[in-house]
Amino acid sequence: MHRGSIIRKNEYHDSVFLMRVARRISEEENIDQAALFMGTEKNKGILVELGFPAQDLAAATPSDLILAVKARDEKSLAAVLENLDGWLRPEPGRADTPSFRDLGEALSRQPLANLAVISVPGAYAAHEAQRALERGLNVFVFSDNVPVEREIFLKRYARERGLIVMGPDCGTAIIGGIGVGFANRVRRGPIGVIGASGTGLQEFTTLVHRAGSGISQAIGTGSRDLSDEVGGISMLSALDALEADPSTKTVAILSKPPGPLALACLIPRLMQCAKPLVVCFLGRKKELGPADIACQTARTLDEAAALAVQNATGHPPIRTEPDNARFEALISREREGMNPLQKYVRGLFAGGTFCYQAQQVFMDAGLTAFSNVPISGNHKLSDSLMSREHSLIDMGADEFTVGRPHPMIDSRQRRERLLAESKDPEMAVLVLDFLLGFNASADPAGDLASSIAEAKGAAKKRGGFLSVVASVCGTAEDPQGLERQVARLEEVGGVILPSSAQAARFAAVLAVRTEGGV
Amino acid sequence: MSDTLKELLEHGPNAVNIGVQDFADSLKAQGAEAVQVNWAPPAGGDAEMIALLDQLL
Repeated sequence: MHRGSIIRKNEYHDSVFLMRVARRISEEENIDQAALFMGTEKNKGILVELGFPAQDLAAATPSDLILAVKARDEKSLAAVLENLDGWLRPEPGRADTPSFRDLGEALSRQPLANLAVISVPGAYAAHEAQRALERGLNVFVFSDNVPVEREIFLKRYARERGLIVMGPDCGTAIIGGIGVGFANRVRRGPIGVIGASGTGLQEFTTLVHRAGSGISQAIGTGSRDLSDEVGGISMLSALDALEADPSTKTVAILSKPPGPLALACLIPRLMQCAKPLVVCFLGRKKELGPADIACQTARTLDEAAALAVQNATGHPPIRTEPDNARFEALISREREGMNPLQKYVRGLFAGGTFCYQAQQVFMDAGLTAFSNVPISGNHKLSDSLMSREHSLIDMGADEFTVGRPHPMIDSRQRRERLLAESKDPEMAVLVLDFLLGFNASADPAGDLASSIAEAKGAAKKRGGFLSVVASVCGTAEDPQGLERQVARLEEVGGVILPSSAQAARFAAVLAVRTEGGV
Repeated sequence: MSDTLKELLEHGPNAVNIGVQDFADSLKAQGAEAVQVNWAPPAGGDAEMIALLDQLL
């Protein structure tokens, strides 16, 4: 093994671009591993863990680029390290987007700009957001790790000026028919939605589209907006905006259950809302507040989408439960080949909200689970890398993504975990989610298909059967194509349910029946 | 609600993208206006100093 690294002073590239370049380098002959990082302390720590000497990296600062490579021979190592400029050349076929030195220069060229999209490292994001708000722009902050007191300051500043801050940690928005961040291509229509979760918004908007209706606006607030500290400032601004938006007939709100103080601020505003409301505080139904709030409540994202479509279009409700006969037939088919050792469900989720929702669904079915992000009543895994009994894992959580790409854009970690789980003879069911849309992996199903087949093969060799249950969040119009993705998963024996809640329910029923031997 | 927010909701994003270039490219691919700021951390990357200055200003 030959290791080497170089530091390029004052050369910054975004992490998504660097991930793609590193992947291309890793695919070179005789190269075992390539990492391309900015020289932050965290990134340097990761490289030291990978075996690169700390003294070689000491000179790098967050403004400097580090290329670190493990190769099988000295010559291949030198060839990669010497070609850094070549690797960093812009990729062919990229959009011809004009670029500027700073915000001021960009605004002089684009004076009608109405939104700043910010995805710089969290430590700098609040500063950039503040500059953008001062210039009168609305702000979408994709970055996470922004201190909460800065978030509160930005949101108050924006609200006083009639602007909105979507984020920090905002993955998705669809504004005026245009997707921002990780969004899907959906029809325009009468339903406006506000969500604290990016994947929750993606699930809701795609299910509305697939039910034949459409989205007027989908506004992300960021994951902490309905905490007691932040108090739902962006939620209130978004409600004002959707109430005034002539294209919105029905308003939906999606979030994990808010803090009690945030909820107390929100309820009077909800009571005054002039448009029909559908509220989904995941897992909560009856305890929303005073009975006189004229809103419908849902426990799951698919139920919220069904209620919103029914409300906005007057069409009869869409089924959120699969046809019973088909469901039972599928359950029997999946259980048939399992052996008595197989008892447990393992969920490997790219979408954090899908992991949260699956835990709720399991709890409703009377099942407790282990998780790296357990909901109340579930157990925390002592090691996120080691599943126990029923385990539902958010693979997008910090411990998996600091310095490494999110599973929505790079499937490597999920693939490795899937293969590790496949060695456990007690695993009966594997639950997966696949997210399509702009900026997601070009082929999420294809990325995992061969590993799914391999895991199924391993179970078969042990005289058992591994049930793989999945949902695909996307539309036929997404760049990856919903039907193509579903077909790819079905080719390798996956059972594909129409929503993540249904996939979790299917897995829970399989687990209950297996436990009970029914 | 400000005119900028009204304009955003009615006509969609006219965006300045600061960070991951893919986000600007996907906006343009959908027909929206987008420009890119070639962001880089300040020399030395001193985020704490920036936060301090922001609070003073």
